[in-house]
This record gives sequence, C-alpha cells and structure tokens, in this order.
Amino acid sequence: MDTRKAGGDVPSPPELPSLFKRAFFRQFKLPPWVLTWIVPGALILGWEVLSASGLVPARKLPSPHSVAIAFWDALKSGELLQDVFVSTLRAATGFFIGGVLGFAFGLGAGISRLAENLFDSTLQMLRMVPHLALIPLVIVWFGIGESAKVFLVAVGVFFPIYYNTYHGIRSIDAGLLEMARIQGLTGFSLFREVIFPGALPSILVGVRYSLGIMWLTLIVAETIAGNSGIGFMTMNAREFMQTNVVLLGILLYAVLGKLIDSVARLVEKEALAWHPTLGKA
Amino acid sequence: MASDARQGVTFFARNFSAAPLRAVSPAGLPVRMRGVAKTYGGRRVLRDVDLSIEPGEFIVVIGRSGSGKSTLLRLLAGLENPDGGQVQLGEIAPRDAGENLRVMFQDGRLLPWRRVIDNVALGLTAADRPRAEAALRAVGLEDRAREWPRVLSGGQKQRVALARALAASPRLVLLDEPLGALDALTRLEMQGLIETLWRQSGFTAVLVTHDVAEAALLADRIILIEDGRIALDLRVDLPRPRRAGAAVAEIEATILDRLLAAKI
Repeated sequence: MDTRKAGGDVPSPPELPSLFKRAFFRQFKLPPWVLTWIVPGALILGWEVLSASGLVPARKLPSPHSVAIAFWDALKSGELLQDVFVSTLRAATGFFIGGVLGFAFGLGAGISRLAENLFDSTLQMLRMVPHLALIPLVIVWFGIGESAKVFLVAVGVFFPIYYNTYHGIRSIDAGLLEMARIQGLTGFSLFREVIFPGALPSILVGVRYSLGIMWLTLIVAETIAGNSGIGFMTMNAREFMQTNVVLLGILLYAVLGKLIDSVARLVEKEALAWHPTLGKA
Repeated sequence: MASDARQGVTFFARNFSAAPLRAVSPAGLPVRMRGVAKTYGGRRVLRDVDLSIEPGEFIVVIGRSGSGKSTLLRLLAGLENPDGGQVQLGEIAPRDAGENLRVMFQDGRLLPWRRVIDNVALGLTAADRPRAEAALRAVGLEDRAREWPRVLSGGQKQRVALARALAASPRLVLLDEPLGALDALTRLEMQGLIETLWRQSGFTAVLVTHDVAEAALLADRIILIEDGRIALDLRVDLPRPRRAGAAVAEIEATILDRLLAAKI
C-alpha cells in the first residue's frame, strides 16, 4: 500500500497479521509451488517410514519405493505406456461422442422451445439415473468389448454437458439478445457472437465436471472386464497379489485426472479472458 | 457549477466535431404512428397515439415512469408489435428496418466477451470495419479499441454503445434513457456528444428520458406522454448548442408544470 499518495500525514495502519506471517514460512521466502508440495511430500515420507518399520504390512499397503519400482518395471516393459494409451483413447472417444451429443441436444433445447418441450423433461429424468446402473444392460448389449466402455463413458459425459449447455444458453441476458436482433444478427452470426460465448462459462463448467465422470466411469468399466488398460492392469495385479501395481494404477488415474483438469483450466482461462473472475488476470 | 458544466458541453462539442462520422449524411427516416395502442396483461399502456416525425428531427419523449414512453420506443424499434394502429418508418415497417434503425439502450448492453472495437462492429461485415473504427473515433475512444468493456467507466461504456448505434450510419436512432445511469457531469458531456453527432449525420433521433433539463437542451420537439397518451407536443426553437439559461429554463418550467399538474 502506498501511503505517500495519501498526503503523508495519514499514519499507515498497523499490519495486524505481520507477526504471524513473518514468524515461520516468511523467513524462508519459499515460492508457492514449494509450499504446495510440502504436504504430499511429508505424507509420502511418513508412509515410507511406516512401511520400512513394518508397522504397515507390505501385503496390505506396499511402500512408496516398491510402487516406484513397479512403475519403473512397467515402463521398461512398455506395458505401462500401452495401458495408459488404451485407457486414454477410450476416455477420449467416449468423451468426444458424449460431449458432441450433449452439446447438440443442449443447444437444441437452449434455442428452441419446441426442442425443449420435446425432450428436456425426458433427459432430466434420465439424468437422475446413475449411468453405472446400466452396466448389466450394457454388457448384454455390447458384451465386454471396447464399445461397452466407450458407451458408458459417453453416457456419463452426455448429461453434464447437455445440462450446462442448455442452462448456459437459457441464462444469457435477454437484453443482449434484443440488442443483437437490433444489430441485425441472425442464424450463425447470432450463435457465434452472442449465444456460444454467452453460454461458454457454463459449458466449460460442464466440461470440467464431465472430465471427472469420464475417469470414474472408465475405472469402473475397465475393472469389470477387459484385457487392456489401467483398470485391467490393476485387476490383473490383484490376482497375483501385486499390491504395488494396484497402487500404481490408482496413482496413474490421479495423475492423469489432475493433468487433464489442468489443461481444462488453462483452456478456461484462455477462452474466458474477458470474464472478471474466471479469466486471466 | 452551472458555468463549469456549460464549458464542459462546449469543450466536448468542439473536441468531437474534429472527427466527422461520415462524409455524406444519409437522409433521416420519417416516422408515422397512427392510432397506436398497446396492452400488457389487460393494462392499456398506450392508447390512440398519433405521431409524425420529420426526417432528421430530434424528438425527446418525456414522461413519468410507467407512462408508456419506453413502450413507444420499443414499438418504433420493432421489439414489440402494436395491438392496434400502425407504425411506419418511411415506407418500411420497423421489423424490416435493418441497418436503417439502431437503438442505444440505457444499460449499454455491450457484449462482455467482445473487445470494444468488436462491440462497435457488431452486425457489420468485415469490409465495413473502417466504419466501426470511424464511429469509435467519433466518440473519442479509438485508443481503447482493444480493451474489454468491463474496464471502461460507465460513461465510456455508453460512448461505445453510442458508437455501435451509429456505426452503420442508421437513418433513425432510438435512445432509451441512454444517460439515466450516468453522473451529472458525464451526462452533460454525453448530451453534447449526441447532439454533435446528430448534427453531423442527419439521422432522425428519438430520445426517451425523464430528465426535463435534457429534453430542453436537446429537443426539436418534446413529446410528453401521460397515461399512454400524448399530453403535450412542444416545439423548441432555440439555437444550438443550447446552454442553461432563461430560454431553456422557461421550456423546463412548462414541462415541469405540466408533469406536476397531472399528479394533482
């Protein structure tokens, strides 16, 4: 705070939290990313210590370094990349199909009362069904192959994208639509200038939410059946009591999920640069 | 205070006249309303309104809130259809007016996700972009072209909205309480700016306001709406640009008397 501008005779207020701030962390001048890693680092260290001391049996919960070894082995043999690739491809395919359909239906219900009346209440009803409850049916329909997993992911992704697109379009300021009409915007130019950008914050909320659902669905689907992918890798390892590989699979889901969410955040910051809170500073 | 404000107006009038909006003035569009009526949910907002506006005239529509003055403007804009009677802009219906007609709204209605210049160019073809740039220059904001609307002040936002309304060189400009939310000084500057651009471009202007002083400063004719009818149609023959003075004060008094008389 610059007190000089205030005229000089105004006493600067005492900084209340300064005692606390200077007390510990401040003296090391740690950058924020180091602070972020303190807690996970301490957890892993504690875990390693507990495992090494034998307090936690390795059969139940393997030590961090044995997970690291499992990671290295799987990486060397090429299985890891193969499994990650297969899982990512499934996730992407399902996400693409569900996302495009969800967007299309959301757009339809958002801009047309007729479309809204036709299918919105049906979709809202189906939205309440947990899509994983479909698994027995899906196995009957598709067997346990690729299409079953992609179908489940697509169904899971569809609803958040549908709902947020629809809701995003419906919550566009009516005054802006009126203004756009006066400026002579119709059809695609209206979509490009007003409807899509206006609904985009909501659509991206749907995208980020459905990315989480995408992983969840994939984990369940791959765990049930299959002969490739991260889920298969963990189930296979369980058969042989390789708990460190099971743990590796779980960590992989966490890392991949976090990675994708970071990308989605980046896209959001870029696409919503105009937005006072969601965009770039 | 009053003399400061007056200087503000003349300063801006001089400042902005340096950038003419277009070389050739389009002919303003004449307006004709005959027997126009509008009802909302059983309430008659406008009844039997007859109004003729000459091409290039500056009309100020004034009235209390709820008097139907904004409805009148929305009918002219083609945003509402009359329940009775007829609205004609020259030979065309309001809904088919296209680039002949633009509206400036009270709340600006800028697209927050488009930069200032893209807001001004909204609805123009890519080839017509220079017209948007010229319009932005005419309101003195060419150096803010690449900004997001949210960083602008209220007055600047309204200048952008004005530039957008004028960019297509419309022949009829409808202004729906465009200065209602601005502070007094900014409002005086904007009034000077609107008048300057109107004189340069020759469009027909219909401005809705509840500010009596604004009406007296800007209008060729003041239309007072009361209970959905035209209660007064007052011609103001004073030289422009006008300043607050005895002649303007007299007009204000006439309008105020009429407005207050209706209350009692």
